[in-house]
Amino acid sequence: MIKLDAKVPAGKLEEKWTSHKFNMKLVNPANKRKYDVIVVGTGLAGASAAASLGELGYNVKAFTFHDSARRAHSISAQGGINAAKNYQNDGDSVYRLFFDTVKGGDFRSRESNVYRLAEVSNGIIDQCVAQGVPFAREYGGLLDNRSFGGALVSRTFYARGQTGQQLLLGAYTAMNRQINLGKVKLYTRREMLDVVVVDGVAKGIVVRNMITGEIEKYSAHAVILATGGYANAYFLSTSAMNCNATAIWRAHKRGAAFANPCFTQIHPTCLPVHGENQSKLTLMSESLRNDGRIWVSKIKKDMRKPNDIPEEERDYYLERKYPTYGNLSPRDISSRAAKEAIDDGRGAQGQDAVYLDFQDAINRLGQHVIEERYGNLFEIYETITGDNPYKSPMKIYPAPHYTMGGLWVDYNLMSTIPGLFVAGEANFSDHGANRLGASALMQGLADGYFVIPYTIGNYLAGDKPTLVKADHAEFNKVQKEVEDMTTKLLSIKGKRTVDDIHKQLGRIMWNKVGMGRNEKGLKEAIVEIKALREEFWKDVNVVGDSKDVNQCLERGARIADYLELGELMALDALTRNESCGGHFREEYQTPEGEALRNDEDYTFVSAWEFKDVGKWELNKEPLEFTSVKLATRSYK
Amino acid sequence: MEHKKINLTLKIWRQHGPKTPGSFVAYKVAVSPDSSFLEMLDDINNDLESKSLEPIAFESDCREGICGTCGLVINGQPHGPIPRIATCQLHMRNFKEGDTIYIEPFRAKAFPIIKDLMTDRSAMDRIMEAGGFISVNTGSVPDGNAIPIAKEIASESMDAAQCIGCGACVAACKNASAMLFVSAKVSQFALLPQGMPERYQRVETMVKVMDEYGFGSCSNTYACEAECPKGISVKNIARMNREYFMAKIKSTNVKV
Repeated sequence: MIKLDAKVPAGKLEEKWTSHKFNMKLVNPANKRKYDVIVVGTGLAGASAAASLGELGYNVKAFTFHDSARRAHSISAQGGINAAKNYQNDGDSVYRLFFDTVKGGDFRSRESNVYRLAEVSNGIIDQCVAQGVPFAREYGGLLDNRSFGGALVSRTFYARGQTGQQLLLGAYTAMNRQINLGKVKLYTRREMLDVVVVDGVAKGIVVRNMITGEIEKYSAHAVILATGGYANAYFLSTSAMNCNATAIWRAHKRGAAFANPCFTQIHPTCLPVHGENQSKLTLMSESLRNDGRIWVSKIKKDMRKPNDIPEEERDYYLERKYPTYGNLSPRDISSRAAKEAIDDGRGAQGQDAVYLDFQDAINRLGQHVIEERYGNLFEIYETITGDNPYKSPMKIYPAPHYTMGGLWVDYNLMSTIPGLFVAGEANFSDHGANRLGASALMQGLADGYFVIPYTIGNYLAGDKPTLVKADHAEFNKVQKEVEDMTTKLLSIKGKRTVDDIHKQLGRIMWNKVGMGRNEKGLKEAIVEIKALREEFWKDVNVVGDSKDVNQCLERGARIADYLELGELMALDALTRNESCGGHFREEYQTPEGEALRNDEDYTFVSAWEFKDVGKWELNKEPLEFTSVKLATRSYK
Repeated sequence: MEHKKINLTLKIWRQHGPKTPGSFVAYKVAVSPDSSFLEMLDDINNDLESKSLEPIAFESDCREGICGTCGLVINGQPHGPIPRIATCQLHMRNFKEGDTIYIEPFRAKAFPIIKDLMTDRSAMDRIMEAGGFISVNTGSVPDGNAIPIAKEIASESMDAAQCIGCGACVAACKNASAMLFVSAKVSQFALLPQGMPERYQRVETMVKVMDEYGFGSCSNTYACEAECPKGISVKNIARMNREYFMAKIKSTNVKV
């Protein structure tokens, strides 16, 4: 049993972070250079942390499996980043952003963390502007905003449909400056394959050099994982091809508790699947829902072209069911409503798709306005599908997109392994059971720029500056284990390809641990995943050598981890006998088909402790709501 | 909806390592027109792996044309025949039954081949590390609205900032020049008030490192703009030249 201590500071919610910052220990500026910090991953959270820690004077070693730090998947975020600036004078505040996020997460997140997130959100915008991020502006030269799902205020800052790209490049340039100054050393094309724990404390990592195949060891006083989410467990998702859970999963197996693995987000506006050979799904930004209206035909199996369906025969189901939020209802609700319509046989031209229609907005505002707002997204749509969305509505369908679950962290973003910090999507902390749009960029940068640089100082101040060297016995032991696993993967030489097994896992996950879950399906999923895992280790064919560029080996090792994580996702979903946010258990719904929470029994974070492959122990962190009253989420 | 498959002959560059000679290898495929170009390669790789043969090494990540990881020369054109997209956004409906397609890595002195279709483009990062930033520390910055920026200036800066760092401009250029890439970053910052304090030093250091890594000069063929997946304008090169000239007059920061 792990002792979960969230280390939430005492005091009023509004004062916790301020008083914590004052109470935390500081490292003398002259001593900071005696401490080494490893940052794994160079996305928003990783790059911003590496840059900020370098600025403070720590020696940072940053690792990425990409050829360049600028490639991390944060770059694909399209729509925007939230902040409580209230520049629009529409009633926003830190408290409202906090409240919307807690409510949006269906009351399954830690109040104190979310409040801090809202509190530091404004500083992020200031920081990015100063870095030269070209946010959209009004004619008067001030920053422009738009709305996103789950909010009734316009608090989203954006740079066309490429906000993630611009924010990541901002963090990347800040990190580059520290590389230039010698405070950050960047290791590219390195994939983290294990964390090294010496006497119960994280002291370094073991990585594979993806060019030479060497297994390399690096030590430090603290390790930060900022390695993103695990939506690729579904095979088809909006995550980039190389996004994977390996870093957090291997850390989990070394003792870091994994929290709320079943809290996954299915994004309502993605492009539908075109066929069996599809490798990845494409997201269409949620910002499109500002001006697009979602609908299906009122008639089942309606094969007419969308423009031939008259207005009175269209069901604008989000506007009908949720008149207050309408097309801007939160993601989980919108996705489920789409599934409902399709399950009812009313998918677009018989496909697994619904319409996202801009005709009204084009008539109201003119095509040039829509072009200015979403031009690049419309181009992406046309490139992929061959259809022109200015002329006929887009077809969209929900797809796995983001994972709210991740490694459990305390208020300081430290995992249950002392010295191992987790930032960004890789941790579980701020989004509860459902993340609101434009909040991922906010959280990644909040963690990296404004939280970890403080909390890691507090940790390091209590640590001795003596560095455990990378030739320590424990490092050699872990290195040997990683090499053995590589050798084993390459020696199976079975009949099934890595992708073949991954696709099969993906189908199990999508059908049984996807948008709608039930006890029977989850139990079946667990049995099927266990069997598939066994088959993998007997019959997979990982080709090539270990001492070479070997993309097949890279994928193989990642799938090995998904085959364990997938089971835990199903187990977590099975254990949580309620519906909340993205976790919808079909047994637990209101007569209107809405998620039915069980606050009495399930107001806690599930933190799973690894015992052995396929064996876990459940630890619970109770959640207390003192500022926000637990209430049934309503967007009607 | 799956459409009828089209039959193609692919001639793909295979090269085991940086030092070994490479050659084109032919593959016959039948592919759905709805499939993307890279999904076609995924499929070939799956087939090769099922025969215990080594898959074709190629890089991609986001598959949405924004991360800049992918980059193939397709029938002689970086990112293929359709303008303003990255390789990952190219779909097979743009090819015809019976077509032969040549697939090669980006070729430039500064981009050595690692394996098959994978190249090392890290020289671009070295240029960025040299000066492609605004020197502000986390924290002590003014309010985001403290300095108004005209909408059209922000928009022009964004036009340059959307460079995805893929290197197609270098691969397209007969001189393997990185001027479009470097000028995009120089322009983004030179247009904004935040970038003013370091504008001269920035352009000097970036150009210096660009030259050190063996990128060629610009001879105004505009092939870079034509092949750029984001349509970055060569006007940025003109702006960079202007910045560089002014820097030579005004700044004494960088010894060249």
